[in-house]
Amino acid sequence: MDAANYLYLSVLLFTIGAVGVVVRRNAIVVFMCIELMLNAANLAFVTFSRINGDLNGQVVAFFTMVVAACEVVVGLAIIVTIYRSRRSASVDDASLLKR
Amino acid sequence: MEFSAPVLNYTLLSPMLILLGGALIGVLVEAFMSKALRPITQLSVTLGSLVLALFQVWKIRNEQSTGAAMGSVVIDGPAVLLQASILIISIISVFLIADTEQFTALAASLPGSEEERHALQTGNQVTEVYPLTLFAVAGMLLFPVSNDLITLFVALEMLSLPLYLMAGLSRRRRLASQESALKYFLLGAFSSAFFLFGAAFLYGYSASITFAGIRNAVVGGGGNDVFLLIGIAFLSVGLLFKVGAVPFHAWSPDVYQGAPTPVTAFMAAATKVAAFGAMLRIYYTSFANAQWSWTPMLTIIAIITMVFGSLVAIAQRDVKRMLAYSSIAHAGFLLTGVIALNKPGLEASIFYLFAYGVATVGGFAIVTLVRDSAGEVTDLNRWKGLGKRSPWVATAFAGFLLSFAGIPLTSGFIGKFSIFSAAYESGAKSVVIAGVLSSVIAAFFYIRVIVLMFFTDPVEDGTGVEIPSSLTSITVIFSIIVTIALGVYPAPVLNFISTLATFIR
Repeated sequence: MDAANYLYLSVLLFTIGAVGVVVRRNAIVVFMCIELMLNAANLAFVTFSRINGDLNGQVVAFFTMVVAACEVVVGLAIIVTIYRSRRSASVDDASLLKR
Repeated sequence: MEFSAPVLNYTLLSPMLILLGGALIGVLVEAFMSKALRPITQLSVTLGSLVLALFQVWKIRNEQSTGAAMGSVVIDGPAVLLQASILIISIISVFLIADTEQFTALAASLPGSEEERHALQTGNQVTEVYPLTLFAVAGMLLFPVSNDLITLFVALEMLSLPLYLMAGLSRRRRLASQESALKYFLLGAFSSAFFLFGAAFLYGYSASITFAGIRNAVVGGGGNDVFLLIGIAFLSVGLLFKVGAVPFHAWSPDVYQGAPTPVTAFMAAATKVAAFGAMLRIYYTSFANAQWSWTPMLTIIAIITMVFGSLVAIAQRDVKRMLAYSSIAHAGFLLTGVIALNKPGLEASIFYLFAYGVATVGGFAIVTLVRDSAGEVTDLNRWKGLGKRSPWVATAFAGFLLSFAGIPLTSGFIGKFSIFSAAYESGAKSVVIAGVLSSVIAAFFYIRVIVLMFFTDPVEDGTGVEIPSSLTSITVIFSIIVTIALGVYPAPVLNFISTLATFIR
């Protein structure tokens, strides 16, 4: 199969993720959408690695996974703290700081 | 199959390794040391590793090498200058962070809970902010010296993740502080996803993850230009977010306001140096020959950023938000240096970053001093007549504001003058005109604050100025001396920067 199709898929996933971040209100769902975007980038890296015949892209994918895992640790810590303080994980409820 | 061990040049990497080592010691101290000894030990470890790292940076100042870590890290003149700036700014910020009054006793406790009160009463203050600071500084040192996309991405996350947490550690107004951490985190992670996606397309364009490889592909041409454009655009989104340029600035006023003020100082100053350092390196080396593709975009962003930051700052009633919008405007001025794309532009940017960073830390140091019984007072209306009550503090703040405004005899003037003349030289006239005009608008609201402090009668509402601790005084005095000295007699520093400021490829 043409490798370019994977690129289209990656762009599609990235777009779904980006739209999700903008329209969804629950912090956890927003965060999942961000993870989807990171994985879309990973897919692009691996596809380009295949197209270019170069292994570095796959190495990047591994690094991204590790970094994404760290991000989950920090992100969930923050979201859980917020949830415990105000019993809601909605991004809209967090509006103490003036616009 | 043969494996060859990687060759690392530990001398060149030592500033970062020292900081990471110090951070790990800090984690152990946090876990095992008694609560009485913890704050002073943490402070000593943190300051010790920062000073040692600065000393190491000074020792390697004449080194030029791309082989420090198998081509992943490049050490050259600008790298050394940026690392030294980040370290100096971090040291004076740590003096502010040492004020544990600002930080929650127990970040894991619910705001207003029994647990929190108990921790506060027994003096069981957690000091995890120190190791977090060191991890962030290590990431900041790595960011402008990265020489491939993996290192750049890892460094970006390494500097961001601790900062997200630090933003949520405030003792007072904890809900607002946690909220700012959430906002910073979600938007920061969003922008790093863009960054990574851009990196993927740059890799697709050039078949290489190193900056040199990307540069060769750009110079050679023949690749798919669409990939290059997507790559540059998305990578820039990530970088522009970190520096807080419009339209990627939405986080900065909220985070500046919500985060504990010492963290705001650190984040505002040091992150900017690191992010602009990385930006300068990647635009000046890898993307230099694709100037046609990014100059128009960056020019528009720079102009909007300057004008928007200056205009919106006028309407602010909160001193931290005002400084946030002022930092947005400064991001626009600094983008001028990236657009200039010539050696004077690079030198001016480095000078500007250092001067602006030191003045910013000084400015926020003053903000930590103005308090009433409930904590810091950030409402500008209550700063009225501050100059009559505590002339020294108000004078120092006026000095920093004048430097932000770019009034002669302060470092801000030299910075702005050199960065605009570099951009003019390279033919980016529209940016220079917009820059000068928005400087005038910006000067208006800085001077308005000075008028408010000195020529308005004080209101009796319990707002007072804390007697600064010796560490805070050092920060303020150091910052004001640097701000004035760089404005009155900048030649030695400019010459020093000029001899070192050349990127190697």
